[in-house]
Amino acid sequence: MEHKHVKRVDLIFEKVECREILEKIVKMEPDAICQEVLESDLKGRGGAGFPTGMKWRFAANETGSIKYIVCNADEGEPGTFKDREILDQVPGKVFCGMAIASRAVGAKKGYVYLRGEYKFLIPRLNEELIKFHQMMDEFNHNFRIQIRLGSGAYICGEESALFESIEGRRGEPRNKPPYPTSIGLFGKPTAINNVETLVHAVVIIKYGASHFKELGTKDSRGSKVFSVSGDTPKSGIFELELGMSVNEFVEEFGDGDTKAVQVGGASGFCVPRKRFEETIIGFEGVPTGGSMKLFNSTRSMYNVLHNYLDFFTEESCGQCTPCRVGCQQLLKGVEAVKRGDKNSKYLDELVKLAKTMKRASKCGLGQSVGNAFGSIVENFKEEIIY
Amino acid sequence: METIIENEFVRELANKHGRSRESLIPILQDLVVQNRFLSKQDMVDVARELDISAADVYGTATFYSFLDTEVRGKYIIRICKTISCAMKGKNEILSTIEDIIKIKLGETSSDRKFSLLEANCIGWCHKAPAILINDTPYTELTPEKVTEILRDYIRK
Repeated sequence: MEHKHVKRVDLIFEKVECREILEKIVKMEPDAICQEVLESDLKGRGGAGFPTGMKWRFAANETGSIKYIVCNADEGEPGTFKDREILDQVPGKVFCGMAIASRAVGAKKGYVYLRGEYKFLIPRLNEELIKFHQMMDEFNHNFRIQIRLGSGAYICGEESALFESIEGRRGEPRNKPPYPTSIGLFGKPTAINNVETLVHAVVIIKYGASHFKELGTKDSRGSKVFSVSGDTPKSGIFELELGMSVNEFVEEFGDGDTKAVQVGGASGFCVPRKRFEETIIGFEGVPTGGSMKLFNSTRSMYNVLHNYLDFFTEESCGQCTPCRVGCQQLLKGVEAVKRGDKNSKYLDELVKLAKTMKRASKCGLGQSVGNAFGSIVENFKEEIIY
Repeated sequence: METIIENEFVRELANKHGRSRESLIPILQDLVVQNRFLSKQDMVDVARELDISAADVYGTATFYSFLDTEVRGKYIIRICKTISCAMKGKNEILSTIEDIIKIKLGETSSDRKFSLLEANCIGWCHKAPAILINDTPYTELTPEKVTEILRDYIRK
């Protein structure tokens, strides 16, 4: 174990003079920016963890004069609320991160896709955006950002669904490949990054890739902003060094009676107490977009699972059958087991269905329903049945 | 007369946002801000302005839970029902709200002042339970606190 304690970090919310960052990047070659981010080993902070430098280089290598930078601020994963805080506290840094990406990729236009639930942030963001655009003019860097609002659809956090939504259509995910870096928004090469990822890019340009790499582990470099909620005396937003075990996390945030931690929200994994010690929070263990939800022994894990399945059933876009029908059947299935209409063996059938959904669903939503389903059923079977 | 006024507003919105397909959702969002929901006539008018089919407008609108196609009140209360809020007393808050504004979940008051709806995670889990009234979040609710908040809205 590399780390014995939960270590707090203050890089994301640190106030930074964006002007200094911009001075630096306009002098840098675009490829040098990609290289610096690549060397930092920064992985996307939205949950999927794709290497940011690689994403930018793919988009940079595409020919064609129209490219886009998109900031994914459609933070909808249950238990995640850190992007709201970042946008509220340091909006200038988010825009600055987009400017870095625009220089690296060669894009002149950027979009922030903000979930409709966060509409109250718009006046603050617009105020900051005016200052940002003035700075762009000062530096003679041709880049403009437009804010677009979502309208209450979880699936629009999926990158290709988000593009569909900006383009004015139903937020139904596209087939992949082609990936956004070649055919993205309006069919053009697009680098789409999570809010937090863009701020990490600012930190990397400010302090250098080697400084960023000093924190974290080989597979999970740097720090991460966590959204902590549930049965904890310390709910809130915390930037922590990556690489801690669930046990270390629970020692810091638990209420002394933690029986399970849901890492990564409804689409993440449920870690039971017996696995706290061995499970690392990060890409080598359980990855997370930041959602950490603690449950103590008073909670029924059936209720937790039912709540998640209800969520997915409503938020499935309905486009592909495995996800649309699968979510409904999982929900009906656990209800039937709970009522006693089906015996406990039926849960094995449902786990198989969840695995089929993982293989056959078109996008990350249907593919990840089985994460929570499988891990809760496996570890808390008796709570589902009785 | 009302139809003509609506048309003018839709035209105004199309002038403001543009008439390409990407303007559709911002136009619909502004219509919802104005009227709290999308009427059939509005959707037909938007389709005409953007030169797309009304079915396309309807199909897009109905995908998004905030683009309501049913009549809604001036104040739309959305109560978060996802896990953290459910764990921290969402049901108690819901019944308090139902008692005060005297409508059930999913209903709109007859004076069209309030609608009461559920929402999936609205991003305030650390301050659960939470609701949105139109765009404004209210968090760490107790029955007393939500009562006070709603009394203010009733007086408005």
